[in-house]
Amino acid sequence: MALLDIKNLHASVAGNDILKGINLTINPGEVHAIMGPNGSGKSTLSNVLAGNEIYEKTEGEILFDGKNLDDLVAHERARAGLFLAFQYPIEIPGISNMYFLKAAVNAGREYRGEEQLDAMDFIDLIEEKKNVMNLRDDLLERAVNSGFSGGEKKRNEIFQMAMLEPKLGILDETDSGLDIDALRIVSDGVNALRSPERSFLLITHYQRLLDYIVPDFVHVMVHGKIVKTGGKELALELENEGYASWVGEEGP
Amino acid sequence: MKIEDENSFDGLTDKEYKYGFVTDIESDSLPPGLDENVVREISRRKEEPEWLTEWRVKAYHHWTTLEPPTWAKVEFPPIDYQALSYYSAPKQKIDAPKSLDEVDPELLETYKKLGIPLGEQEVLAGVATVAVDAVFDSVSVATTFKKNLEELGIIFGSFSDAVKDHPELVKQYLGTVVPYKDNYYATLNSAVFSDGSFCYIPKGVRCPMELSTYFRINAANTGQFERTLLIADEGAYVSYLEGCTAPQRDENQLHAAVVELVAHKDAQIKYSTVQNWYPGDKEGKGGIYNFVTKRGHCRGDNSKISWTQVETGSAITWKYPSCILKGDNSVGEFYSVAVTNNMQQADTGTKMIHIGKNTSSTIISKGISAGKAQNAYRGMVKVAETAENARNFSQCDSMLIGDRCGAHTFPYIDINNPTAQVEHEATTTKIGEDQIFYCNQRGLDTEEAVGLIVNGFCKEVFKELPMEFAVEAQKLLGITLEGSVG
Repeated sequence: MALLDIKNLHASVAGNDILKGINLTINPGEVHAIMGPNGSGKSTLSNVLAGNEIYEKTEGEILFDGKNLDDLVAHERARAGLFLAFQYPIEIPGISNMYFLKAAVNAGREYRGEEQLDAMDFIDLIEEKKNVMNLRDDLLERAVNSGFSGGEKKRNEIFQMAMLEPKLGILDETDSGLDIDALRIVSDGVNALRSPERSFLLITHYQRLLDYIVPDFVHVMVHGKIVKTGGKELALELENEGYASWVGEEGP
Repeated sequence: MKIEDENSFDGLTDKEYKYGFVTDIESDSLPPGLDENVVREISRRKEEPEWLTEWRVKAYHHWTTLEPPTWAKVEFPPIDYQALSYYSAPKQKIDAPKSLDEVDPELLETYKKLGIPLGEQEVLAGVATVAVDAVFDSVSVATTFKKNLEELGIIFGSFSDAVKDHPELVKQYLGTVVPYKDNYYATLNSAVFSDGSFCYIPKGVRCPMELSTYFRINAANTGQFERTLLIADEGAYVSYLEGCTAPQRDENQLHAAVVELVAHKDAQIKYSTVQNWYPGDKEGKGGIYNFVTKRGHCRGDNSKISWTQVETGSAITWKYPSCILKGDNSVGEFYSVAVTNNMQQADTGTKMIHIGKNTSSTIISKGISAGKAQNAYRGMVKVAETAENARNFSQCDSMLIGDRCGAHTFPYIDINNPTAQVEHEATTTKIGEDQIFYCNQRGLDTEEAVGLIVNGFCKEVFKELPMEFAVEAQKLLGITLEGSVG
């Protein structure tokens, strides 16, 4: 059974139609990359999947792990194993990263009918996961994303993903704004999480990320539609030729 | 933006004010209206000594010369003081109950519903840590653990009893911290106060349990004017907590209390308040006007007074628990969380008056505003010429939830001694739908998300509360802010 099955998805934001019929199937263990020019609807797709209510799904069907996403609001989708690494992780003042994560991890465990982690177990889990992302201890104590550099925010996103162990990780332009060292750390973190059960959807502008996280499939998205699907070599093709030929086809 | 849409975050239901019920009990009230005769009648019914009657009457006459203060950042229609009743007492089957067995069962039931243990046996069965004085409308109805405390020489009970049993102490201290001429509402209180709590901790005694007063307004169209007087003699220590609720009514009700604290040499008073008066409905109809004067006097050297308040209720809060730091090396502290939602308004803060040498004060204020509420911090730090080496640290943080509310900070600093060190820090943060969505995406529902953020913001203040009340305060915040995002 597919982990994610998107059929004829249409969505709009503030009355503007952005997604115009997306079809996409992701099986367990697969890594898919969606590439496309600015404004093609890539981020809209990730927000619609995560259940951001600013975006309105107008048509189509999304099945995630056998469940119709229409039936689940944002926090239920998260608990069911859908994780979004945000393009711009937001600062949440007043609540420490550590405390936030403990609440999030336990919300997921409760949903799955597992026992709550107590403080000691939680610290063990943190110790296990934090080294992968090279996160400094003081970032765990600090308020969520507050005063983090751009790179630290992105690393923190992947660290959260490692802690929450989702079924599907959606990375919304996680590579943007990262220098080469940070990109490597983030990619290593993602690669460490790859498993036959866990799938990823990478949203990116650049082929560069895909040198580090090698996808099984690459999709080209233009004007709210997937216009071409191929293997990892498609990304290189795009890098050389750009999106111009597709953008031209439909017009703005 | 979705934030304009009042119906977003539909999943969150607004919880009703849980304490909004009315107790069906006969009460003995004076008809509405205020003049000298009413003042004298209150005093007569309470069988007060003449000096107290005359003190009230002086206060009344002074009050008639005053105008209500208008400087606070709150708006409300003028109060018709002649439409209020100034005395309401539950009519008990037996006058002045001598023990809990004689207290009207309806009243005991009321406190049970509120979660206030008045049956000593119940409490004794667990670990007894709190002695309670319960004030229903204007009258103290029951005080627990009075005997246990008496053995230590601690006097704790209703103000009326103290006037009868310890008139010399009352006379010595009443009005010495908040004089009857102090301000409009305190002056009114001085004229018509009906009851409240009195507490005296003798020299060198450390009060072994939390003392607590629980205020309940029940009667309609009645002002509540309690007066609390708390004295810690040399080297004494006491931790005191007050809580308050009121039924849900469409009319506004006035609560104008006065609290006076006196700390002698080496004494310490910790005074905590969890204020949850009925805040009015979403449109701003009804609710309590909480116009309260609270002040502590660090009279002796090395004394310390610490105010902790969690203000979640009331339609309007006007309240500035203050410390006069007269003794050398004395310490004043103010920790405050003020939450306003819907149409609530709060203008609250503190005054730290440094007079003695090496005095220090700390102010930590957390204001949270949601809905269309307005929340103002107003604080004064004054260092007198005599206050060598005074220190103050103030931190005022505001949090806005949504974009239709307001937060305001009015710090006043008046320094008359060059050795003073005064620090002021202020921050404002905003919680919007994007933060909430971020939390949702990590598996937290909206209610949990708001709770986490708000409790994180307030933790510096909560840690000052006695343990069991800190838990209570956190829950209260959650309920107050439910449905506030969107």
